[in-house]
Amino acid sequence: MSITDAIDCDIHPGVPTIKVLLPYMSDYWREAFIARGQDGFQPASYLPNSPISCRPDWRDGDAIAGSNFDLLQKHALDGFGSRFAICNVLYGGSFSISETMAAAICAAVNDWVKAEWLARDPRLRASIVVPTQNPRLAVEEIERIAGDRRFVQILMPVALDMMLGKEHYWPIFEAAVRHSLPIGLHAGSLYRYAPTTNGWPSHFLQDYVGNNHAFESQLLSLISQGVFVKFPDLKVVLIESGVTWLPGFLWRSRKTWRAVRPEVPWVNESPIDIVRRHVRLTAQPMDGPADPAVLERVINQIGSDDMLLFASDYPHWQFDGDRVLPDGIPSRLIEKMARDNPLATYPRLQETIQ
Amino acid sequence: MNALEQIIEHTGEPQTNFRFIDCDIHPALKHKKALYPYIEQRWRDHLDTYGGLAHSVYATRGGPYPRFTPETARRDAWPPNGSPPGSDLEFMQTQHLDAHDIRFGILQPIVGANNTRNTDLSAALCTATNDWQIDEFTSREKRLKASIHICAEDAELAVAEIDRRAQNRNFAQIQLGSRSVEPIGRKRYWPIFEAAQRNDIPIGFHVGGPSPYAPSPSGWPDYYIEDHQVLTHSAHAQVTSMILEGVFEVYPKVRVVMIEAGFAWVPSLGWRLDNHWRKMRNETPLCKRPPSEYLKQNVWFTTQPAEEPEHREDLRLLFDLIGFDRMMFATDYPHWDYDDPKRAILMPMSEAERRMLFHDNAFSFYANLD
Repeated sequence: MSITDAIDCDIHPGVPTIKVLLPYMSDYWREAFIARGQDGFQPASYLPNSPISCRPDWRDGDAIAGSNFDLLQKHALDGFGSRFAICNVLYGGSFSISETMAAAICAAVNDWVKAEWLARDPRLRASIVVPTQNPRLAVEEIERIAGDRRFVQILMPVALDMMLGKEHYWPIFEAAVRHSLPIGLHAGSLYRYAPTTNGWPSHFLQDYVGNNHAFESQLLSLISQGVFVKFPDLKVVLIESGVTWLPGFLWRSRKTWRAVRPEVPWVNESPIDIVRRHVRLTAQPMDGPADPAVLERVINQIGSDDMLLFASDYPHWQFDGDRVLPDGIPSRLIEKMARDNPLATYPRLQETIQ
Repeated sequence: MNALEQIIEHTGEPQTNFRFIDCDIHPALKHKKALYPYIEQRWRDHLDTYGGLAHSVYATRGGPYPRFTPETARRDAWPPNGSPPGSDLEFMQTQHLDAHDIRFGILQPIVGANNTRNTDLSAALCTATNDWQIDEFTSREKRLKASIHICAEDAELAVAEIDRRAQNRNFAQIQLGSRSVEPIGRKRYWPIFEAAQRNDIPIGFHVGGPSPYAPSPSGWPDYYIEDHQVLTHSAHAQVTSMILEGVFEVYPKVRVVMIEAGFAWVPSLGWRLDNHWRKMRNETPLCKRPPSEYLKQNVWFTTQPAEEPEHREDLRLLFDLIGFDRMMFATDYPHWDYDDPKRAILMPMSEAERRMLFHDNAFSFYANLD
């Protein structure tokens, strides 16, 4: 079904080329990219020409998907009648091997988003992209940008240099809580490790489907390392993770916790309760069954009406036509997904409407 | 839920009035050198000097994680004679086979044989493991059936071992790990599937195996509680790989079972694969039908460790979605996360379904049981 006046929690402006970011870089980095002739920083974990990167009827010739402001405005904002939409840019800085290049590109992306997207449409909001490769630099970038309340989230790929619960990343969580910013984990990988525990598959499709492994293992890491004990106000949004994997994951994690919880005594409540309180999911893709009755049962198994966030994932190809929400979502949930849950998840959006 | 409902929810029901099949029993070596009688002197010397040389952090222990119990075993599974859990046939008979009136038990040795990086050594140890299972267990106890251990990383030697054993009535399946050195659907492994189909013997993927890669796409978790759950992703990856690389298209009669990986993830994986294959199928030409169709056709699951939904009817839904005919009960004896046949699968089911789950499916699936 289509829905108007919703808050779209995942759209993707595309960086067409490093050239658009150069005005937002220092002389040093501008010189580096120009003199060394470097471009092409689209992430391999979201192949720019793969079918999923852009719905066929949203393609703009050979242009990088989402890079045309007018089209994004027409398709996503006007097309779905959204009240707000959160821009999540997937680009080189978040994936870079070099920590300093990561910081330079991330900073340029944030300034570019501010100048060329947020400034052009009051419905747009954005996530701060950060160089997770170096948490100190990531915190510097958060401090630099967070004063602009239109930035509502901190964004990172889900598969990182290491498990997310490790203390290495805690300074980022501290800054996130201090600035009322949830951590958004988006499908995608730095490819520091193989996409599956059995190595490198032959197909991008296997990598993409395997994003689940990263989402589940990062959640377990956050829980087991006690991140939510240390940061009781932290919220984590799983973006483009699919949805139907969640109940089975929760059941298994509760079972395992019941058996081996003495190993992690600081995890003093069921992982199910922790996830329901701290974790949110964008609802595209849903990865649900064809039968709406079964989808409804699976969604009810999640056991909380607060967790799902409306999202189109524009311009990624997750659904056809204007059916952003598949049949089978319980009707009581629609309003919550479209407005209440996003506002509760993103305190800075809540401020906007007061 | 009040106290009475709690008790009812967790009280075991007499689960069978018939003998059942346990698809996952772990036999163990009595001591570290128990396979030495079955290998050449050259390999004994090699092991004494260089060990098994797996993809591991430590020199003389298998996994990098401190497991939760000694030998990953139930505390009551240590035989009175002090030998390791699962190593003493008489105690296994008393504590498990007789106590539960088990008709058949499928042995799943996890003795490191297929984990060593040296493939010649690995193949020798796999052959030794197969001989050892016969000598120590299946020749002495007809209810037990062995698994054909192979070094999958050398497909030629693996096929020779399969062909040598598959018609031997001591063996019920080929055993592979859910963690291989490359995704198992890649062509280098296809001779194994060809041999399985030709010999009409199924392949069991037990969790674990020789993979050199991290358990997660973000590396290694710190705790066993994470590792124990994350390892199920290796089963997702193997199923995905076999389907998308075309194994079930090329070898349509291959039957595989994912062992000790749980099953609550299966319906969702099928939906997810179908959803994204629909858009990107031109990348995987050997997957000719929606991936979930191969999942239903070629893949079975053992139940342990059975997920425990908050509501019983949700457990039942999983069985209905995966297919009752695909589910096979397993205990994982003698390991700590053992599923008790009287308590593990608490949900409404008909007598016919109960028979399928605890007996009939496995009886049809495995080789050499009748």
